Amino acid sequence: MSDEAPQSAPLLVMEGIDKAFPGVVALDGAALEIAPGEVHAIIGQNGAGKSTLMKILNGVYRRDAGSVMLDGRAVDFRDPQEAQAAGVSTIYQEINLVPYRSVAENIFMGREPRRWGLLDRARMNGDATTILARLGVQIDVRRPLGTLNIAMQQMVAIARALSTDARIVIMDEPTSSLDDREVEVLFEVIRGLKANGIAVIYISHRLDELYAVCDRVTVMRDGKTIENRPVNGVSKLELVARMLGKEIGEVRRSGATGFRHQGARVAGEVLIEATGLQGEALDGASVAIRAGEIVGLAGLLGSGRTEVARVLFGADAADGDLRVKGKPVRWSSPRDAIKAGLGLCVEDRKADGIIPYMSVRENLTLAALPTLSRRGIVDTTEQRKIVDRFIERLAIKTSGPEQAIRELSGGNQQKVLLGRWLCLNPSVLLLDEPTRGIDVGAKAEIQELIDQLADEGLGVLMISSELEEITEGADRVVVLREGRTVAEFDSGNVSQDVVMHAMAHGDDPNPASTVGG
Amino acid sequence: MATIRIRPRRWVAEQVALSRSRAAPPGSAGQESITTRADIPALIRAYGSFIALVALILYNSIFTRNFLSIGAFNANMTQAATIVIVAVGMTFVIATGGIDLSVGSLMAIAGSLAPLFLLDAYQFGTPVVGLALAIIVPLVATTLCGAFNGVLVTRVGLQPIIATLVLYLGGRGIAQLIVNGELREFRNLGSPLVPALEFLGLGQVFGVRFQIIVMLVVVLVATWVLRATTFGRYVLATGGNPSAARLAGVPVNRVKMAVYCLSGFLAGLAGLIVVAINRSSDPHRVGEYMELDAIAAVAVGGTPLSGGRATILGTLVGALIIQLLRFTLIANNVQDGITRMVIAGAIVIAVLAQRQRAT
Repeated sequence: MSDEAPQSAPLLVMEGIDKAFPGVVALDGAALEIAPGEVHAIIGQNGAGKSTLMKILNGVYRRDAGSVMLDGRAVDFRDPQEAQAAGVSTIYQEINLVPYRSVAENIFMGREPRRWGLLDRARMNGDATTILARLGVQIDVRRPLGTLNIAMQQMVAIARALSTDARIVIMDEPTSSLDDREVEVLFEVIRGLKANGIAVIYISHRLDELYAVCDRVTVMRDGKTIENRPVNGVSKLELVARMLGKEIGEVRRSGATGFRHQGARVAGEVLIEATGLQGEALDGASVAIRAGEIVGLAGLLGSGRTEVARVLFGADAADGDLRVKGKPVRWSSPRDAIKAGLGLCVEDRKADGIIPYMSVRENLTLAALPTLSRRGIVDTTEQRKIVDRFIERLAIKTSGPEQAIRELSGGNQQKVLLGRWLCLNPSVLLLDEPTRGIDVGAKAEIQELIDQLADEGLGVLMISSELEEITEGADRVVVLREGRTVAEFDSGNVSQDVVMHAMAHGDDPNPASTVGG
Repeated sequence: MATIRIRPRRWVAEQVALSRSRAAPPGSAGQESITTRADIPALIRAYGSFIALVALILYNSIFTRNFLSIGAFNANMTQAATIVIVAVGMTFVIATGGIDLSVGSLMAIAGSLAPLFLLDAYQFGTPVVGLALAIIVPLVATTLCGAFNGVLVTRVGLQPIIATLVLYLGGRGIAQLIVNGELREFRNLGSPLVPALEFLGLGQVFGVRFQIIVMLVVVLVATWVLRATTFGRYVLATGGNPSAARLAGVPVNRVKMAVYCLSGFLAGLAGLIVVAINRSSDPHRVGEYMELDAIAAVAVGGTPLSGGRATILGTLVGALIIQLLRFTLIANNVQDGITRMVIAGAIVIAVLAQRQRAT
């Protein structure tokens, strides 16, 4: 497919792109090069910077540094309209069109053909039909968009992009809500765009799709561009390794983490056990957590890792069997799970963890308020004691318990959120990416703390995209793929290679069979 | 029960913290630590409303005759009292990120219900039972209306502004149906205890209008509840980050139910006071525009409408500023139209002064 590798001048060159948000560096010298008529995949873990890079390209964000050249001309889009006028269109995961308006109206919204100052409906409908026909789609363009299925709505979104004379179409997870047949139709359309010289930037976490439709792939990690290469001849395992920042065959224990006691503990009784979970992004996932062990939960983006933790915690509902110490339970809300001794540290601390305007004291004791109060009145003396104790024990760097939590660094916010559960003496801690976005020093501290907690008999579920954390920290590793538990290793026979292999191929015994080309 | 202690210095610190947090959007503060250096803009944001209130009081003390008399005090405070009572409930609702448009109509419902139990002396055996019912039934009814708002917000999932619009429109209709759309004058009621109800609006204790005392009690209790109880913390957590609050075990839906019930209850109380002052109950007029006055008081007082932060004393100050501004203009014979425009301008200035800078 990529044999006719374009020798012509690149259509788009992004170089040295920096973008920082308060407290986070999202892009750090990222680069992207797209040839005309090329289908170019961008892959990377959560937080690798894919979406931020796209939002800089399509004018949603403005870059801090770097250059964007479109067709050899330097551009700097101030808003999405400017980008669209220059030929950069984006098809979002959540289709951002108006469901109540007709297909044709959606395609031409904001650019309706006019005659004598009035809407020229006949021409609009005619043009819309023509554009859709180019995509091989035949529908009545007068139908309200909302009456179409998602796949068809996506076609309309693509038609809209075409009608703006787009030269680059960005597709962000376009297949996430499509079934196999619809995906095939989408691929046909993408090939059609390509034939018309339109470049497509394709973001997906489904690696199989890359081989089906993409020419080149750019791998991103930690806000940097790691590699830009033809899809042909690269194996899935290699791509996974690049995304995670590993070399294949790197099995050497690096000792880079703060974990020391892996495998030395004796796991106790099963504290919580989920079997055959079915639901949003889940398709038969199973996991059990025993007292005094760290269970590492590994899997690619979209594998259902976070969903498993949320179901265990009662934050989301799912079908399947959930047992606490052997007894079946049903959570109606996280409150029930908390009462049963569970705690969850979320992946996105800002969105689901901290209460930004509250102090360290209030954030740390939020879950403990029922135990800290008599007849609904908070015992502030006791509260202060607990907060002081945990600030000391967790070495939280803060100007004092009254400092607003949003002023703390990511690592210290995470410590406060760990303290939120630890002050309740939990029996199970669910940690979703506990060290994401945390600087190296605090990271090792948190890892040591997790180690200690397991030593003290806590059951820990640790979700991580960092293979070292999984292979050096976990006493047992569970690998999820597409919502299903596909492999399980104990600390004796785990290595980064086998985990990566399971993440990429599931239980497929023959990795070579899935290499595209 | 723990003793009620309002610590002025701590409150000052909280105000400064509140205004700092307005000045700096979340996350932008980075490594900023709390310094003790005087931060003039922060101080203005923190005390702007106080400075404005003090300025209004000083101005009137000098230029308005008899402003410092107990009569003028009672006049101003009685005007403000019902607004403050309703605005306290509104502050709780806004702190959870909601809003309650139904309060004025709920006041009308309470006002329409009360006289029904005072028609004659022996309607309920003894007049005392009638009086008790005349107070309890309206309060229970408006609290239940609040619960209805809460159900629409939490169970049905309506936007608070739409959910409470239902009773804003329908509630006044209910009030009109209760009394057949007629104005009911208290002098036509037969119960000998009608004056006891009227005491709510017209009675005096040591020369101070009773409703002012009610208002102060409501403000003090609410301040304490917001600050010292689990419920108060849950209210702020719910408004600050509902998703995080839920994951920390905060019963987010129950908290929302509770604030709408509280808002309904306080609206009912204000409704009783208004009909007591008027010595009559007019379903068309009781509580008219109250929702807007209350929201204005909350906003001028410094509680952001985005939720998560709240100040009850600020709401009191906000209501007093609006009242004194109106009083000052009227005392100086300024036309009503201009008075309204000045008050509107004052709200804009107050909110701008406290607003957090974008990006």
